[in-house]
Amino acid sequence: MSTLEIKDLHVSIETEQGVKKQILKGVSLTINTGETHAIMGPNGSGKSTLASTIAGHPRYTVDSGSITLDGEDVLEMSVDERARAGLFLAMQYPVEVPGVTMTNFLRTAKTAIDGEAPSLRHWTKDVKNAMSQLRIDADFAQRNVNEGFSGGEKKRVEILQLELFHPKFAILDETDSGLDVDALKVVSEGVNREHEAGNMGTLLITHYTRILRYIKPDFVHVFVDGRIAEQGGPELADRLEEEGYDRFTKTGAVSA
Amino acid sequence: MSKLNDTVVNAAENVAETVAEKVSNAVEGVKARIGAPSGDRRVRIDGFTEEGENLSPLNDASPVLGGDSSKSHSHGAGAGIPDSSRAGRPTSFRRADFGKLTGREEDWRFTPLKRLRGLHTQDLTGTAPEVAVVAPEGITVAGIGRDDARIGTAGIPEDLVAAAAWEAFTEATLVSIPKDTQADGTVTLSITGAGTEPAAQHIVIEAGAFSKAVVVLDHKGSATLSQNVEILVGDGAELTVITVQDWDDDAVHASAQYARIGRDARFKHVAVSLGGDLVRVTPSSKFTAPGGDVEMYGLYYADAGQHLEQRLFVDHAVANCKSRVMYKGALQGKDAHTVWVGDVLIRKEAEGTDTYEVNRNLLLTDGGRADSVPNLEIETGLIEGAGHASATGRFDDEHLFYLMARGIPEDVARRLVVRGFLNEIIQQIKVPELEERLTAAVERELAVVEA
Repeated sequence: MSTLEIKDLHVSIETEQGVKKQILKGVSLTINTGETHAIMGPNGSGKSTLASTIAGHPRYTVDSGSITLDGEDVLEMSVDERARAGLFLAMQYPVEVPGVTMTNFLRTAKTAIDGEAPSLRHWTKDVKNAMSQLRIDADFAQRNVNEGFSGGEKKRVEILQLELFHPKFAILDETDSGLDVDALKVVSEGVNREHEAGNMGTLLITHYTRILRYIKPDFVHVFVDGRIAEQGGPELADRLEEEGYDRFTKTGAVSA
Repeated sequence: MSKLNDTVVNAAENVAETVAEKVSNAVEGVKARIGAPSGDRRVRIDGFTEEGENLSPLNDASPVLGGDSSKSHSHGAGAGIPDSSRAGRPTSFRRADFGKLTGREEDWRFTPLKRLRGLHTQDLTGTAPEVAVVAPEGITVAGIGRDDARIGTAGIPEDLVAAAAWEAFTEATLVSIPKDTQADGTVTLSITGAGTEPAAQHIVIEAGAFSKAVVVLDHKGSATLSQNVEILVGDGAELTVITVQDWDDDAVHASAQYARIGRDARFKHVAVSLGGDLVRVTPSSKFTAPGGDVEMYGLYYADAGQHLEQRLFVDHAVANCKSRVMYKGALQGKDAHTVWVGDVLIRKEAEGTDTYEVNRNLLLTDGGRADSVPNLEIETGLIEGAGHASATGRFDDEHLFYLMARGIPEDVARRLVVRGFLNEIIQQIKVPELEERLTAAVERELAVVEA
């Protein structure tokens, strides 16, 4: 069993005007293998910042606090080392990578993560199966990474990678946004398949409660203004579904 | 200078605009000019001509549409609007017919003339490069005199530097693939620079009817060279010509390559430019009888300070021919500059034409500039298809982050992108030793950016 532990994390960015802006103001969170944590909150509350910081995006500066994976200091690791250590970020806006086919990309990444090239025979079969389960056309394999893919196709390809790379912890950054109901089901099934294999913990970041009908969280954390404002079990999500985020925002607090 | 800086920063937008403008000019021809200001009403902007902006900061800022560039040439209807159609481009074997280069000409506007090391101003009397030949049985490579009947049959120079070489060369190299000969192996001409004095060279490649061969022109060493390469592709012949510019860092090379395509002939041209300070390759393919099939590929990789220019021309002068063009370029380092101009002309007679051209550029670091101008002129509507595409993209931090977030180390990520991008061209060469050499050369270029 693995543990991803975030302690009192403070994160800032430099705005385009060169001004430092604090986004996370002390976040603590512990996720164990087999658990699904949903992070919810209004826009701008710092949900995606948490995801990008865990993955090591250079835009975000950690001012204080720690992230450890089974005791190892994640913040000391480069972006690729974090991925090889077992962290996977399904991105909100996956970029198009010119000149690299999906086939080549998947094999190169798998080789980097496992430290050895996958057996060709099994690998080809695994990719094919995973693609067909996520209803990704076979000809996508020959296309360049994300190039010309629709929003929904990009999200499915993120989950394809999740299923092929078998991370210890998956961070899903608004994977549900922009998906229609059918695509949402397909994507959720992919996450659930990997989760049920029993070797993964999941941090599910979402603005909407919709995806929680398909992926059942064990814990729900509500982010407001860079902090966890409330946490609880799945029932908290139901409450948010009915009430929205109003009671957490200032105007909401006044009217409540 | 501030305008210049803007120009560099906004390269992507400028190029896109240029493309759109050229396309509309090309398609609508004269119509596009109706209503445009003319005569005294025309507003003159420093650094701009009617054909576009002065894009090489090293060229003289001489008066717009004045002087030699607007004078008529040998075929010239050069009154005011030179080069409004590719078909009207002046051609001549005589250097004097081209007047004096100013850098304002449509076909020189991207080229830093001051770095031509005198190719456009001096007599090309330097020692011509040495040519070492490896040829399979049945194919002859020999020297021929200026008066040989084959010289001048494939093409006529379309610019001053090519005409200067035409006037100056003393002996040509003829590669002759006899009729019906299927070459067993590759013909390689290793062309090694013999000094930095401006020099001229002339090569004729003649592929007889129904012959099949692959010819490699492999340029190395250092030179200041203007070169004409005539390529005669006989009826039913299948010829591949691969020209590799793997020069030393200081070389200057202008190469005009003219292919004349016979009935039902297949011609593949691959231009690879890696080394040299300034390399300008101008390959053209002219169909002379129906059924011809042309593929033109190009790969260029510009380092800091390098100017690599490719201007190609496909002349659909007859019916039922097919052409495909694909050029890909990578740039890295400060002031790496690449230029790709692809002219395709579908003449009135060329019914049933099928053509597509594409250019892709990849900027690997800040500080480079890629110009890309596809021009398509269509004079008949009775065609199978005609299209073009151009895209210039950056390999930036977000690409790197995405690949690294999947466990791929930075150096591998960069190589993955560049290799994948350029391999599409390299795999067209189909000469294994050369493919390996070029793959290794690309890896070496990449090692520079990683260092």
